[in-house]
Amino acid sequence: MFDSLAGALGRAYQALVGKKTLTEANIEEGIRAVRQALLEADVHFQVAKDFVKDVKARALGQNVIQSVDPGHQFVKLFHDALTDLLGGAVTELPVADPPPLVLLMAGLQGSGKTTTCAKLALWLKRKKKKNPFLVAADLQRPAAVEQLCTLGKQLQIPVYQEGTGARPPELCARGIAEARRLRHDVVILDTAGRLHVDDALMREVQEVHARCKPHATLLVCDSMLGQDAVNSAKAFHERLPLYGVVLTKVDGDARGGAALSVKAVTGRPILFVGTGEKPDDLEEFDPPRMAGRILGMGDVVGLVEKAQEVIDQKEAERAAEKMRRGQFTFDDFLKSMNMIRKLGPLKKVLGMLPGVGAALKDIDLDDARFQRVEAMILSMTPFERRNPDSVDIQRRRRIAAGSGNEVQAVHDLVKQFKMMQKLMQSFGKGGLPSLPEGGLPGAGKPGRGPQPRGPGGVLPPGGGGLRDFLNRRR
Amino acid sequence: MVFAKLFAGLKKTRDVLAAGLGRLFALGRKLDDEFLEELEGVLFAADLGPTGAQIVQRIQEAYRRREITTVEEVYPFLRRELLARLQGCAGSLARAPQGPTVILVVGVNGSGKTTSIAKLTKHLVDQGHKVLLGAGDTFRAAAVEQLSLWAERLGVPIVKQATGADPAAVAYDAAAAALARRVDYLVLDTAGRLHTQKNLMEELKKIVRVVQKQIPGAPHETLLILDAMTGQNAIRQAAEFAKAAPITGLLLAKMDGTAKGGAVFGIREHVDLPVKFLGVGETIDDLEPFAAEPFVDAILAQAAQQGAGA
Repeated sequence: MFDSLAGALGRAYQALVGKKTLTEANIEEGIRAVRQALLEADVHFQVAKDFVKDVKARALGQNVIQSVDPGHQFVKLFHDALTDLLGGAVTELPVADPPPLVLLMAGLQGSGKTTTCAKLALWLKRKKKKNPFLVAADLQRPAAVEQLCTLGKQLQIPVYQEGTGARPPELCARGIAEARRLRHDVVILDTAGRLHVDDALMREVQEVHARCKPHATLLVCDSMLGQDAVNSAKAFHERLPLYGVVLTKVDGDARGGAALSVKAVTGRPILFVGTGEKPDDLEEFDPPRMAGRILGMGDVVGLVEKAQEVIDQKEAERAAEKMRRGQFTFDDFLKSMNMIRKLGPLKKVLGMLPGVGAALKDIDLDDARFQRVEAMILSMTPFERRNPDSVDIQRRRRIAAGSGNEVQAVHDLVKQFKMMQKLMQSFGKGGLPSLPEGGLPGAGKPGRGPQPRGPGGVLPPGGGGLRDFLNRRR
Repeated sequence: MVFAKLFAGLKKTRDVLAAGLGRLFALGRKLDDEFLEELEGVLFAADLGPTGAQIVQRIQEAYRRREITTVEEVYPFLRRELLARLQGCAGSLARAPQGPTVILVVGVNGSGKTTSIAKLTKHLVDQGHKVLLGAGDTFRAAAVEQLSLWAERLGVPIVKQATGADPAAVAYDAAAAALARRVDYLVLDTAGRLHTQKNLMEELKKIVRVVQKQIPGAPHETLLILDAMTGQNAIRQAAEFAKAAPITGLLLAKMDGTAKGGAVFGIREHVDLPVKFLGVGETIDDLEPFAAEPFVDAILAQAAQQGAGA
């Protein structure tokens, strides 16, 4: 999202190089570029206007700090203003006492409500150790009930349904009663998609709200929406007191400006973002971190958190030790590679590194390459995997045929593997090279959230080598 | 009544002017920077994006050349500019010279593909055509069931496989069935896919290839379904989909909300795809062939109201 905004800020920064202070004149051009970028990112017209005014006021109100270069000052205050626009700090779901926590999901058609219900239930189950319960109350769209039931079955989360004969308010009330009886601590109500101008359906969801008294009503909002997002959100907020927003489909290349304007217009924060098609592709929304990502500062904290979640620390250390001793085998290589694969698509992972996101925009990183490497290694005998030197031309031909690759691909793999082995040995006990202590620059601001840790101890070894390897094969 | 729904409450252009644009184009107002900035805001509110800024610039130039001298002359100029950008858009569907005509339907997740297919099918059935549906969304849970329910309601046959099946295989079967049953139209659904997902766009190419092999010249019509509420991202969607499939036109869904699909102007400029149909309501009959004039008038009316309200 927002790649052009980072570009506009870059232009603003350029204009300030060599200047001594921030003045109305020297920020003017940058401000204009920022405004244009915001509008092109679908930020609501009025919100863009107010935001630009805010940035300008902050810039001109700055005390002149002699030692700090005005370009950096501008970027910093821009980051702060953006963080505020995005909601300041993380907003959590409310706590229900006594349980169950009742969540009402509402939104326009096609915004992604049913998928989000399932993702949120899974998130609560995994991250918050909750015991969620889903209620299928979208009786409008054909087969919506089946969709939720199927997702529930996949994720092993029970779904309450009565087919499509009942009325949603009563159905939801019965669903909550059932959840209480079965001692679930969270109930998520999936309602039909509706247009904010559809009076009958809006009244129906109001009735659900009055009847079920949810602890939080979440508006599910498509990040690809245009300027009208604000109108629909306002209309929903007038009818239903919203607790917050879930922003969906942010894995596309939409800049999400309109959805972000929703925060400015309704005053309600974004709680979660949907980041992919898989049920676990849901993340808590973190405004400072998001502001950093928008400005191309990357999200190292997010990467480290994700890494800690999926990577087996002991396994990673063992691999690193072997590598130092020059005992790294193809088996270890495969294990390390599969750990990286667990982090998600390569492009997404690399996109979290500072400055990489924008550079990757048009680069085609094909995760299928991982599969080809895996196929080649799996086509080797255990002996070959332990002794890379033994892989002579005849063996290479067999491996190529067995894995459906060209012989050249096997040559490349063996060559790169040996190079990596040599490289790693020469680093000795230094751990991963090229990453500075205490994380990477520009990531995370002090005092907000966990401090970025040096990824050296967390990421599996061989990441750099593997990345090079994958790139060179193109 | 073409566009009756689109115009709910706004009967004539004159009423429109009185209600919304009237404020902006108030008599005696000066054609100055303040006016132009307000107009630009109105156009942005309609999702015209950079096209809006471009049009405002054209107005400025026309003013300098003395082609426009008063605020009253801006409205017809603006309308002409917008209409010119929609030339060649019409609500017609291609027809195969012989054998079944294949309509492939694609779009991002939640744009309204399945519902639009139901409406399109009704439209074709009403014209007396024999239609067959192909349930090519094998990814989303219960998508096959959703289309099957529509097929049942419309009384048309459907070719389907289980969720998780290869969509190209479904396309193959559907094309074969279309030939065997001698239907007039085969309408083929596909899973929603974000245009940024490389592998899914490749999958789409494969579906096109498979259909082509069965029925030379097919798909005769590939419609990109676009949510009318989509912002500037619509341009990216159109560009990427056009790379993967032979897109022949757009169907703007969800026109019954307050958004009026202004993003199509950006699409016209960058990708040059015609708008063919509009989805204008929740019932199965709510599909209208595209016509430029009422579309532009509705956009201007809506934009002005929102611009004034912001």
